Amino acid sequence: MNTADESLALAAARGDRQAFASLLDRHYDRLFAFAMRLTGHRAEAEDLTQDICLALPHKLGGYRAEARFTTWLYRVAVNAAHDRRRRAATHARAAAGWADWELNRQAANAEDAAALDWLAQVMRALPDDLRDTVALTLGEGLSQKDAAQVLDLSEGTVAWRMSEVKKRLRALHQQESQA
Amino acid sequence: MSDDDLNRLAKALQATPPADPGKKAAHLRAALDNFDSHQERPADTRQTNTVLKGVSAMFDKLTTRTGLALTTGLVTAGAALLIVLPTGNLTQPPQITTQPEARVDDAAERDEMLIEPVVEPEIALDAAPTLAAPAPEAFVGGAAQSLAKSRAATREAPPRILPADPVLRPDTMDTEAFPQAEPNPLKITADEPVSTFSIDVDTASYGIVRQSLMTGALPPKDAVRIEEMVNYFPYDYPAPDADGAPFRPTVSTFETPWNADTQLVHIALQGRLPATTDRPPLNLVFLIDTSGSMNAPNKLPLLKQSLRLMLSELRPEDQVAMVTYAGSAGQVLAPTSASERDTILAALDRLDAGGSTAGQAGLQQAYATAAAMAEEDEVSRVLLATDGDFNVGLSDPDALTDFIADKRDSGTYLSVLGFGRGNLDDATMQALAQNGNGMAAYIDTLAEARKVLVDQLSGALFPIADDVKIQVEFNPATVSEYRLLGYETRALRREDFNNDRVDAGEIGTGHSVTAIYEVTPTGSPAELTDALRYGTASDTPAAFENELGFLRLRYKQPGAAESQLIETPIPAHPTDASDDARFAAAIAGFGRLLRGEKLAGGWTYADAIALAGETRGTDPFGYRAEALTLMRLAESLTVQRP
Repeated sequence: MNTADESLALAAARGDRQAFASLLDRHYDRLFAFAMRLTGHRAEAEDLTQDICLALPHKLGGYRAEARFTTWLYRVAVNAAHDRRRRAATHARAAAGWADWELNRQAANAEDAAALDWLAQVMRALPDDLRDTVALTLGEGLSQKDAAQVLDLSEGTVAWRMSEVKKRLRALHQQESQA
Repeated sequence: MSDDDLNRLAKALQATPPADPGKKAAHLRAALDNFDSHQERPADTRQTNTVLKGVSAMFDKLTTRTGLALTTGLVTAGAALLIVLPTGNLTQPPQITTQPEARVDDAAERDEMLIEPVVEPEIALDAAPTLAAPAPEAFVGGAAQSLAKSRAATREAPPRILPADPVLRPDTMDTEAFPQAEPNPLKITADEPVSTFSIDVDTASYGIVRQSLMTGALPPKDAVRIEEMVNYFPYDYPAPDADGAPFRPTVSTFETPWNADTQLVHIALQGRLPATTDRPPLNLVFLIDTSGSMNAPNKLPLLKQSLRLMLSELRPEDQVAMVTYAGSAGQVLAPTSASERDTILAALDRLDAGGSTAGQAGLQQAYATAAAMAEEDEVSRVLLATDGDFNVGLSDPDALTDFIADKRDSGTYLSVLGFGRGNLDDATMQALAQNGNGMAAYIDTLAEARKVLVDQLSGALFPIADDVKIQVEFNPATVSEYRLLGYETRALRREDFNNDRVDAGEIGTGHSVTAIYEVTPTGSPAELTDALRYGTASDTPAAFENELGFLRLRYKQPGAAESQLIETPIPAHPTDASDDARFAAAIAGFGRLLRGEKLAGGWTYADAIALAGETRGTDPFGYRAEALTLMRLAESLTVQRP
């Protein structure tokens, strides 16, 4: 049976331990993948995922089923990522994250490696807010409307951010072809 | 060209590496630990309690239960009642309340998250691999299994009244406590022809079963009480005559749905329908638990809504008072006429959860208030609304049940409304309601609140018969074996039937009560025991061979000291079973399946669904349709875990 995430989340908020366990188990992989997209660094993504996991029992108390659970969870994740960035000590590391983006590098062939280098280059070039937006829309496949909900922005702002991303990609492209 | 770039970026971003399984397991464990410590009762407190206070807790429990047994005749010779209770809440140290902090954060969270309701279908979030949701137990893993094992072990132990060693249930995943009672064993008519029990109009078990199934888990087996599930539903049994006994028994006998070789004896009691125009004035004292643990959307806020609903059903001559208990008990609303709605609603709105629970002081004050309100020909009742967390100020659990039993004799009734899950102390709730001549209901939704407090207001509040006991004597010439379905916690000794000092359940206006026996006719292939070689002194007069047995009922008029007797024979020939009776059988079978019993003939949830669907009738409130949904949920959950 597939109990809706929302009712599981409400049950967990009321103290149902099993509901909490199955909810987290159901979403852990997605959460980690998202953290990976936000940070570009496995260790950093693992730390971020852990932060979120540890904060969830408390955060769930505020879950009111006003939004879809996944939307709410993305929001918690983005906020947790902000918190980590704010901590000065980790800032340098987070910024460096995309420098050694290491998607299965050992196994990857040269072509993949090139693609990854490009990805790291792109993500490094983006400021935090654009990077979050890209992780949600392109990485998680959210519509601009849903991403706007997660980020608590208007849809227009997200659309603007995406066009900004496009501009920067284009600039990068031109640099590449000139090089 | 830039769209190509975006596609390229999307493709690259989606190729994330999988999570490290070791890290994942560690994170999930840490999250669960945090979850535990975030709950009202931190995990380490529980541990300390188990280790250091286990023994004293056990003895406290034992005395409590013994006290109960004396008043309600809980322990009978044949009923295997195990008194190994989980570490309860009664001796807990004051709980640590983390709630105020949580509230601040909630508000912040809400402000941050002004998100409109989403109506769009789920978008493609599944790009990242998600696990198919496993059954919750599968994930909780060790803890759940060890709990299950310890329960199983408890169950396999031979019946005994006292535990042989002071081992409490090693680890409770949550702090819910359910009375542990074995399903009634098969009785051999020749050995034990008489079965005696008290009626029960509680419905709390059904609420718990529903709540569990709705959130995707089978309910704890000990939470399933068949009589409470069966009695949850309204039935259209024949009503008594206006000037006769306050209720009317109807007995029918029909083939058991799960065994063609046995029969069900279905005993229905229908209480007199409410004469709504001339009921006596009511004095209601709401005793409201406002401890920190009530601070959850399905507890105090739901309670407030429920009481608002109920208020609209009261009349100007009715009086309402409110007492809260949390840390210290206090009267928050002096006795007020129900017509002063604004005053009452304002008092309701001021209620706020915080602090720990001083149950006993609260009860004392509530009863004192009720006593002050009582006048001639009025009905006084204390309505205790709680999540079952009596943990402070309760130095002597005995005193509490004794106190309630005392007050019962003084004419004030007690009903218990349970809210929330997680630390619902079902056993204590049951004990309180049974000792207070009341009913216990579990309220998990506003719809349930409406059922209990509004639709059944009259039944819940106006008793028409007290201490209703049922005794059935089976005829060994026609019945070789029998089994009572449910009523495990309500068994009485045979001699208690005629003892008017022994307490039993009450019936309210409009209430119906159902009891079902499964009987094996003599000579049926379904007999599980062999006939005795030397036979029994078969002195049953031939005149009785058309009788399966003899039904005796005892009850008292409210307030009366002497009981009255109703007697009627149970005919041996199968009668036409009403849809109501067969629906009740479907629910009883459903309950047995939920308790993990194997039914003869491989009867499954699918059979229960078929029978309940067939006998659903008009079902004006949709209760039976909901039961069908629960059966389907249980079926799918069971298929997952063969």
